[in-house]
Amino acid sequence: MMDDLRALYQEVIIDHSRQPRNFGKLENANRFAEGVNPLCGDELTLECLLDSQDIIQDIRFLGHGCAISLASASIMTDMLKGMSKTDAEQLFDQFHRSVTGKELDENADIGKLEVLTGVKEFPTRVKCATLAWHTAMSALNDSGSTVTTE
Amino acid sequence: MNTVAQVKPRTESSTPAYDVYGVRERFPILEEEVYGKELVYLDNAASSQKPLEVIETLRKYYFHQHANVHRGVHALSERATEAYENARARVQQFLNARNAREIIFVRGTTEGLNLVATSYGRQCSRAGGEILVSEMEHHSNIVPWQLLAEQTGLRVRKIPMDDRGEIQMDAYRNLLNENTLIVAITYVANSLGTVNPVREMTALAHAAGAVVVVDAAQAAPHVTLDVQDLKCDFLALSGHKMYGPTGIGVLYGREELLEAMPPYQGGGEMIKRVTFEGSEYAEIPHKFEAGTPNIADAAGLGAAIQFINKVGLSNIARHEAELLDHTHRRAAEVGDFEVYGTADDKAGVFAFGMENVHAHDIGTIVDREGVAIRVGHHCAMPVMQYFGISASARISFAAYNTIDEVDRAFDALGKVRELFKL
Repeated sequence: MMDDLRALYQEVIIDHSRQPRNFGKLENANRFAEGVNPLCGDELTLECLLDSQDIIQDIRFLGHGCAISLASASIMTDMLKGMSKTDAEQLFDQFHRSVTGKELDENADIGKLEVLTGVKEFPTRVKCATLAWHTAMSALNDSGSTVTTE
Repeated sequence: MNTVAQVKPRTESSTPAYDVYGVRERFPILEEEVYGKELVYLDNAASSQKPLEVIETLRKYYFHQHANVHRGVHALSERATEAYENARARVQQFLNARNAREIIFVRGTTEGLNLVATSYGRQCSRAGGEILVSEMEHHSNIVPWQLLAEQTGLRVRKIPMDDRGEIQMDAYRNLLNENTLIVAITYVANSLGTVNPVREMTALAHAAGAVVVVDAAQAAPHVTLDVQDLKCDFLALSGHKMYGPTGIGVLYGREELLEAMPPYQGGGEMIKRVTFEGSEYAEIPHKFEAGTPNIADAAGLGAAIQFINKVGLSNIARHEAELLDHTHRRAAEVGDFEVYGTADDKAGVFAFGMENVHAHDIGTIVDREGVAIRVGHHCAMPVMQYFGISASARISFAAYNTIDEVDRAFDALGKVRELFKL
């Protein structure tokens, strides 16, 4: 049992949750969304700067949550910076598959997100790992909205 | 255990040893394993487990007694009616209500409180009227009043609490005035364990001319309830938090108030006569029990009350107080727990946080050690806001918990420390 827990609470995750990257307001943002998990009260605000070519120039977040949700937001924002909207959507699709125990597409590579896949052994916690992503997708496609996990 | 009890000299001050293992034998679910470990169930404030007495009552009901109530002329309908009305009589005794007519079966505390807010609340509302609600209420004793306020223009005002999780009585006295129509308070706060001075608060409210609605969901399995002593006007509880089935609860209401109130829902059971010109309503309690009631679970609740009476509520309370003392001691030894709720009078709840660890992570880790606790906002978001947190962890007790289980919970919390390198 401790093995599942160790796979979930890897040092990288605890490190990201204690010192989240890209944490704070983004002054020149042109897209934003809020994400809430009404079950646990976690809240997250995501802001990003999307250029005319649909490239994510910058992305930052604010909020509070468990180690999994903070680490996920931290790693996600690191990875999405500089990525096109389409690539971001594809990456989320593959990440979502990996945390819900589904097969990835051939040649798909989720990179640093691999550390979060331990969550698939904890079905009640998958939403913690995906909250930041749902919020990001919402910011990119429907700026100003609020997404909830329920 | 028995031999020890027998050789123990009987003195005035000694009480018979509490046979927690005898109690545990009544709860088959406690033998479950989770993740290959013996279950330690410490989420009783969310819902308690069920003794054989309750499970067997449900079985017996569906095997031998079921039909619709109050209308059949046949044998089974008589049996079902008897099972249902016997349960009402048990509840009446449990609450020491004057009359069984004052006992209304509802789905749970939430429905009971909504019934009062809708039926009594609308009836009593007048311009400038106020409802006082304590800061430590469960959402089910806040939102129905907010809905009422939206519909009627009444104003909901907060009775503040202090850092220990106790009602600020001076502030409460100051809030009471000639416009106060309703005071809604919890007897035991689900998120903190605070036992509120309901009797005193009721006397103050009555002096101001207000009626008092008590949420007793959390109190029922821990504190002796006596509505005549408390002098409260309404009191609601849930079966599932007191060893009974889910989906059944009780609203007690003072007879004069219930008589004068309009029905909550319309339908069968609650009428005397229906014509298209108008309908005459049934007598209380049936006036408030529209539709076929939850007969089986009412009988199950009756059995749960029998179980509580057999073990003795004061014995249970004393045992749980020992568990709570032990928990506070263990927490103090470890040292780095933030404890939420340190009232003088507490029942059954230890709410806490650990520095730099979110409650959800605590919950997941101890779960894998077989320890079930509640993490989150406990449907009491204003309490979380008071303490400036989004979530807390909560250990809560029932009659069957042991000191050994508390120690296992602390071992499991040790794993949190290990994984988070605290």
